[in-house]
Amino acid sequence: MSKRNVSRRQFLNYTLTGVGGFMAAGILMPMVRFAIDPVLKASASGGYVATSQKVSELTAEPIRVDYTFDQIDGWYESQVTNTAWVYKADDGKIVALSPVCKHLGCTVAWNTDKEHPEQFFCPCHMGRYTKDGVNVPGTPPIKPLDVYETQEKDGILYLGLLKPHEGA
Amino acid sequence: MFNKIYDWVDERLDIAPIWRDIADHEVPEHVNPAHHFSAFVYCFGGLTFFITVIQILSGMFLTMYYVPDIVNAWESVYYLQNEVAFGQIVRGMHHWGASLVIVMMFLHTLRVFFQGAYKKPRELNWVVGVLIFFVMLALGLTGYLLPWDMKAVFATKVTLTIADSVPLIGPAIKTLIAGDPTIIGAQTLTRFFAIHVFFLPAALLGLIAAHFIMIRKQGISGPL
Repeated sequence: MSKRNVSRRQFLNYTLTGVGGFMAAGILMPMVRFAIDPVLKASASGGYVATSQKVSELTAEPIRVDYTFDQIDGWYESQVTNTAWVYKADDGKIVALSPVCKHLGCTVAWNTDKEHPEQFFCPCHMGRYTKDGVNVPGTPPIKPLDVYETQEKDGILYLGLLKPHEGA
Repeated sequence: MFNKIYDWVDERLDIAPIWRDIADHEVPEHVNPAHHFSAFVYCFGGLTFFITVIQILSGMFLTMYYVPDIVNAWESVYYLQNEVAFGQIVRGMHHWGASLVIVMMFLHTLRVFFQGAYKKPRELNWVVGVLIFFVMLALGLTGYLLPWDMKAVFATKVTLTIADSVPLIGPAIKTLIAGDPTIIGAQTLTRFFAIHVFFLPAALLGLIAAHFIMIRKQGISGPL
């Protein structure tokens, strides 16, 4: 035992603070965990999604491929249609690019800017990307377009997860 | 650390007197259960407030997931209760707390009534207390509909039929509450939600403030 005496007032202060803190924590802990649940929930990584695009019909010219999948958003389930820009590269590999501009998320399209043909163009802030998805320096985007993983099954194009552009 | 922050604020705003006005006052012996155990009856008012705080907190968190829409309301409640971590606990706190707050408030009212503590000069505080009682009942009634299950809808049907039976203005009152003369549906749910989370809590906080200011001004009634 140390010689420092704890006064009655101090003792009551400590016990009241302790008990009060314990009760406050007991009330707040479930609520806070409840609120931050979306951050801690493991993201369900979906597999490949079938498109209606035949791989044999792909050319060197990027085309718009829409694909539809079931999305579970909390209590709300719906069918969502997304888009990819797909073409066959010179080495025969299939390239599927996300249409989401890396500047602020508008939607890019192929070959829609007359002054800069053969490029992906975002109309919101004149962002441009070359055919391989790399952003053109001097335009607003600071990163290349994301790339889909692709798969061919029974001659049909399947799209997987979006990944950051390699290279560049 | 804490002391330094306190001193910094105190130097500018002189908060010590404010703090003293709010919290630094002696609890009279006759309301202190440490002196007379029977004085625990004086705790019911504080317990009502304590549970009210829990209701406000848990309600705030529940609205992070709940949607007041006839298509999604039940699904969102099911989701937040069964899919979100501690959802059952947080919804349970709000569900059971709603009943408990009525119980505590009733016991508090009984104590004030049987001790005659409502008599002069505390009549106004009794009036405000009764208004709080009504607001609490209305909170329970409007909250009951929000899960949008069969029990909720039929309970609301009963409420609206009672409102409808008021002479002359009954149908108008019913339409005002339900948002539609005949349907208990989309407009009823959004109305009840708005009343439950905005209008009644605002009224409740104002009334509680008045209740507390009056009790600090007048003090607790003397021993029997």
